[in-house]
Amino acid sequence: MRADADALIDVRGLVKVQGRLPALRGVDMTLRRGEFVALTGPNGSGKSTLLRLLAGLSRPDGGSIHIGGWQVPAELAALRAQIGYVGHETLLYDQLSALENLHFCARLYNLDEPERRIRSLLQRVGLERRAQERVRNYSRGMQQRLAIARALLPDPAVLLLDEPFDGLDAAATGTLTQLLSSSDRRSILMATHRFGLAEQLADRAIILLEGVVRQDLSLQGAAPGDLVRRYAAVTEAG
Amino acid sequence: MNNTGFLRATLVIAGKDLRAELRSRELLALMLLFALLALLVFSLALELERLGRQAAVSGVMWVTLVFAGILGHNRGVALEREHGGHDALLLAPVPRGAIYCGKLLANALLTLLVALLLLPALTILFNLPTFPAALLLVLPPGCLGLAAVGTLLATMTVQTRARDSLLPIVLLPVALPLLIAALRAGNAALGNAPAADFHAWLQILLIVDLIYLAAGLLLYEYALES
Repeated sequence: MRADADALIDVRGLVKVQGRLPALRGVDMTLRRGEFVALTGPNGSGKSTLLRLLAGLSRPDGGSIHIGGWQVPAELAALRAQIGYVGHETLLYDQLSALENLHFCARLYNLDEPERRIRSLLQRVGLERRAQERVRNYSRGMQQRLAIARALLPDPAVLLLDEPFDGLDAAATGTLTQLLSSSDRRSILMATHRFGLAEQLADRAIILLEGVVRQDLSLQGAAPGDLVRRYAAVTEAG
Repeated sequence: MNNTGFLRATLVIAGKDLRAELRSRELLALMLLFALLALLVFSLALELERLGRQAAVSGVMWVTLVFAGILGHNRGVALEREHGGHDALLLAPVPRGAIYCGKLLANALLTLLVALLLLPALTILFNLPTFPAALLLVLPPGCLGLAAVGTLLATMTVQTRARDSLLPIVLLPVALPLLIAALRAGNAALGNAPAADFHAWLQILLIVDLIYLAAGLLLYEYALES
């Protein structure tokens, strides 16, 4: 049963076992339409596992996931195009140029007017001048920006981001922050350790610890540093 | 935006794989170099008379291609996983079977190209009186079957720690029916067996291809998601 009628993503009692150890031990969470939620927690708390399950890249061992009313992974085929995902890997082909990578993605997603959309995205991530260059020649930051452009290309309703700011310099962080803050009406779930950026961008934060949601707090109207203090309190309490 | 159709997705994925390979030529160089060295070793090791050499040509060709294929499939799947290429394909709204068909089509064409480039070397190293053009009848279905089973098994074994050594151990017994059918059909095509044998072995080869394809279409999704 849906706990929140406005929830785009509704997760109930989600369990995932990796090897013999439980990575997620009954996660409950929601993501509403147009909402930006920061997912935080220490290394190994299950953030990446949760995002991969939501993206349909892994199968749960228990509990349920509903996205837009569809059950994941059973009914995933109907909503694949609605989910954008950026993981630890860039999901790019480094022998191909940025333009070729995006064209390949556009063909896979059978997009209308791909050329216009590709040009616009390359401009937004600041790569239009180096679009013909092979991705293997890109810096880590440029690859990450291209990975975001790739995820945004099909205009997904949900964007799942796993540490998108990792390895980015100040300029690239600024570009990405601007890109994410202008993703209007898109629901975003972003795993991050960058508390300042989480407070700047997100409406809400979820703190995950040992595979369980320990805190779900609103960041609207929160004082700067509030998230860090709550995070420290949760992790110290264990 | 609509979900991408099976055929279109297959061609898009195969086209991407071939384009990427055309850029790097990594797999082609690896497979071709190995295959040429294997042919050289076979030609030196098998000190055969003229008739013996002709009888051995089809076997040498297929054994070489199977091992070159193992190298190519292993490296190809590892390259795809390096930057999450498999995840990118799994996220896309395309039928899972189309991912398999796209990959196997690219692998089959690559293996066929290696085989075609090997034929002149085979003629020279085995001192054949004529170019073994009859093998061209067997190479396309043989390479298709090899790619069908290799694509599936390489995707399964790449996720294990012992992936480099595991693929040959798994693939060789499974590919044995294909190897025997292709070898015998090739032998008959070269005139070392009656013409009726050629038709019979070619039919068996095509049936083996269909079985591998069906198994691949059924199992690839699980191999990819496991």
